[in-house]
Amino acid sequence: MKMLLLLLLLGFGCGLVFCDQNTSDPHGRRVFPVLSINYDYVQMPFEVSLWILLASLMKLGFHLIPRLSGVVPESCLLIVVGLLVGGLIRVMGKNPPVLDSQLFFLCLLPPIILDAGYFLPIRPFTENAGTILTFAVVGTLWNAFFVGAALYGVCRLESGRLASFDLLSCLLFGSIVSAVDPVAVLAVFEEIHINELLHILVFGESLLNDAVTVVLYHLFEEFAHAGAVTAGDVFLGVVCFFVVALGGVMVGAVYGVLAAFTSRFTSHTRVIEPLFVFLYSYMAYLSAEVFHLSGIMALIACGVVMRPYVEANISHKSYTTIKYFLKMWSSVSETLIFIFLGVSTVAGPHAWNWTFVTITIFLCLLSRVLGVVGLTYIINKYRMVKLSGKDQFIVAYGGLRGAIAFSLAFLLSRDDFPMKDMFLTAIITVIFFTVFVQGMTIRPLVDLLAVKKRKQSKCSINEEIHTQFLEHLLAGIEGVCGHYGHHHWRDKLNRFNKHYIKRCLIGGERSQEPKLISFYNKMELKQALMLLESNSSANLSTAVTAAVPRQRSRKTLNISKEREEEIRKILRANLQKTRQRLRSYSRHTLMPDAEDDDWSETLLRKQRVEMERKMSHFLTVPARRESPPARRAPVESDSRALAARPSVLISISDETSDGPRESRGRKPSVKFALDAEEQKLPRCLSDPGPDQLPEEDEEHIHQTD
Amino acid sequence: MGASQSGRVHKFQELADKTGFSIEQIKNLHSRFTYLTQDEDTLRREHLENISNLAINPIRRQIIEAFFDKRNLGENEKGCLQEISFEEFVTVLSFFRPPKPRIPDEEMKNIRKEKLRFLFNMHDTDNDGVITLDEYRRVVEELLSSYETIGAETAKAISDGAMLEVASVTVGQMGPDEFYEGITFEQFMQILQNLEIETKMNIHFWNLDTTTMKCGK
Repeated sequence: MKMLLLLLLLGFGCGLVFCDQNTSDPHGRRVFPVLSINYDYVQMPFEVSLWILLASLMKLGFHLIPRLSGVVPESCLLIVVGLLVGGLIRVMGKNPPVLDSQLFFLCLLPPIILDAGYFLPIRPFTENAGTILTFAVVGTLWNAFFVGAALYGVCRLESGRLASFDLLSCLLFGSIVSAVDPVAVLAVFEEIHINELLHILVFGESLLNDAVTVVLYHLFEEFAHAGAVTAGDVFLGVVCFFVVALGGVMVGAVYGVLAAFTSRFTSHTRVIEPLFVFLYSYMAYLSAEVFHLSGIMALIACGVVMRPYVEANISHKSYTTIKYFLKMWSSVSETLIFIFLGVSTVAGPHAWNWTFVTITIFLCLLSRVLGVVGLTYIINKYRMVKLSGKDQFIVAYGGLRGAIAFSLAFLLSRDDFPMKDMFLTAIITVIFFTVFVQGMTIRPLVDLLAVKKRKQSKCSINEEIHTQFLEHLLAGIEGVCGHYGHHHWRDKLNRFNKHYIKRCLIGGERSQEPKLISFYNKMELKQALMLLESNSSANLSTAVTAAVPRQRSRKTLNISKEREEEIRKILRANLQKTRQRLRSYSRHTLMPDAEDDDWSETLLRKQRVEMERKMSHFLTVPARRESPPARRAPVESDSRALAARPSVLISISDETSDGPRESRGRKPSVKFALDAEEQKLPRCLSDPGPDQLPEEDEEHIHQTD
Repeated sequence: MGASQSGRVHKFQELADKTGFSIEQIKNLHSRFTYLTQDEDTLRREHLENISNLAINPIRRQIIEAFFDKRNLGENEKGCLQEISFEEFVTVLSFFRPPKPRIPDEEMKNIRKEKLRFLFNMHDTDNDGVITLDEYRRVVEELLSSYETIGAETAKAISDGAMLEVASVTVGQMGPDEFYEGITFEQFMQILQNLEIETKMNIHFWNLDTTTMKCGK
């Protein structure tokens, strides 16, 4: 395995060197070239593809090495790989490429942010919005000014090269290095699975502080040009902040609404639905960047705004496509970013200064801790769920820096900032420190401090009912108390959403569907397909319990609306247990989704055939045909439904009952199923429930918020 | 005047100790109570029904009933009152008080149990200690009542599904002759244990809308 990796690196390095060779070779009259090399023609795409291929192969390699990925976070490994590759290139005599800022900001960053924004868990985000904003805005400002001012003080004290640093340069450096980086945070936090609250706090902060960073960066850059700073400039700076933040959000929201509106009409061209989502989001980002507004906030706003409406409009396949593509792109981007960071470290001109670097690291840590503790003290007065010391520690410790800081520093012009090299060196050191030291130690610390981990919550209809019930209850109690609080406004927003917005942006009859219904339908569908999945390898001819299947057939059939309805009907009569999936925000492991559309149809047909055989077992039970409800469909599908249902039941009782209990377990289930719609109330609930199977959760059900 | 004032303060202090609110919050709630009842001494259902915010709430009937339910007032009786005093008003509202930050796990469990008990009482309208299918169905219907296009069929289906889920989670395998009566309180606690009720079922008790109150007491 290690030999393979080494060979790969070697081959890659050779490839890069080979790129630069001059291949044109003119002489007077030459023989007709049967085989000739024209590398220049494909150079650019070839190199890009080679880099991406390398990145992906590296990822592959890491997960094959058994214990490594458990101890070291992936980001560290990727940086090390980058260092190796950079070193290799240098050894071969070429100059390693540096992470081009334009490439970074326009190509590598947007997929990650879009992925984060589109799948942002809305409910915890809005519940903690005040805290997140405080950390993002006030916290970043505090960090920037504290680090900048303290550094300036140190530079004044220190003689020598550092004395030339003026206040503005220090402040600029402070603002660049103080921003928590979403890429690094995502990369590390995903692997440690802490509870939702902490995750959203740190992650939300890293997303929203972009506005502050952009403003401070441009502000100080301008001032460095101008020379003197007046009070009016400072005031304009504050105004600029609001413009940047709110403007970015508005641009994103506008594009989000456009995307939602477009998706309303895509019912005839399902194939390009995902494209609209991606294009509108990217346009939002670019439009915001045109005006120097916060592109990240635009992207987040676009994703958040368009998601509920787009998901109601697009087909299930398109939704899956969007999800997979976003995860894929963001994963590749992240890998490339870290590798490039490593390569740039080897490449860039460095100006190492012990004092500067160590003081920077120390100040960053100190300001982060002070900022978090101080702000939490104030915030806890307004929070209902206070942040404990452990929480504060994790928030402070999770403030990782990353490639954004590096790229921002790289963009500085050397004329205005002659100490740019020193800045770059210091920033790279800080990034390395946070990613390696903090990234590697955060997992054992989380275990040591027994921080609450992410709960594997069930996808339960009861919880959903009660969550909604609670919302209304709390809004009502607030009404009784005369208190216009969080719940009241959320209630109003929901009502506004229902009456006006949904009518415009969601096509067809889905606009009238309440959340509970869509949740229930989704859950039913998922369970039906999961039951079918487990049924597919259950051996129907024997009574042995079958193991859960791992392989699935790869047919791609379209699942029509009628089939969906049938499956739903099956479930409505047979809702036995809920096998769920692990809720995961992880980018690296996508939930093993049931390939919904693929084989359910063939399975249903297969079951019907097998059912004919099995029916003899149940001659004692009166097979009452269910009277089809008024809204329904052709006879053929009914019979299939009827035939399919007992087979589903059999699989359940197969799995759960064994040996002697079998016959007893089987009959009541069948009786229950066939009598479901007609029996009296108490009997209806005679559910010879199956055993509990390990439960996991499906992400997108809970995301319909 | 002085005597009644100090008497009232004394009563507030007692209430504060009993329910855990602060004196300030009790004062605010008292002002709100006075406003709702138009200066009378007791609160009746009509007073609550007059609140405009509550009119559009799909579960307002249950919320109003909860205020008059004897089980929430700490007595072991069942049934409803027709009118409640300020003390009982505050007692009901104390179910929504956020728990103090650093309290031991045992106490947190008790608080969760109390809040879940409140919810359970809201569902169990006939006071028999069990949520039957009918009662649960009514809950779901009320939740969906603001959507006119949803028929009773769907509500029935959802509540059936939910009851089945409770049955399968809490009871497991049942014999062929048993049938499931309804959700008892223990089962209710069990299925909602992941909901973290103690952190969710809270509201802030400051910023009460005191602008529309009459002045002079």
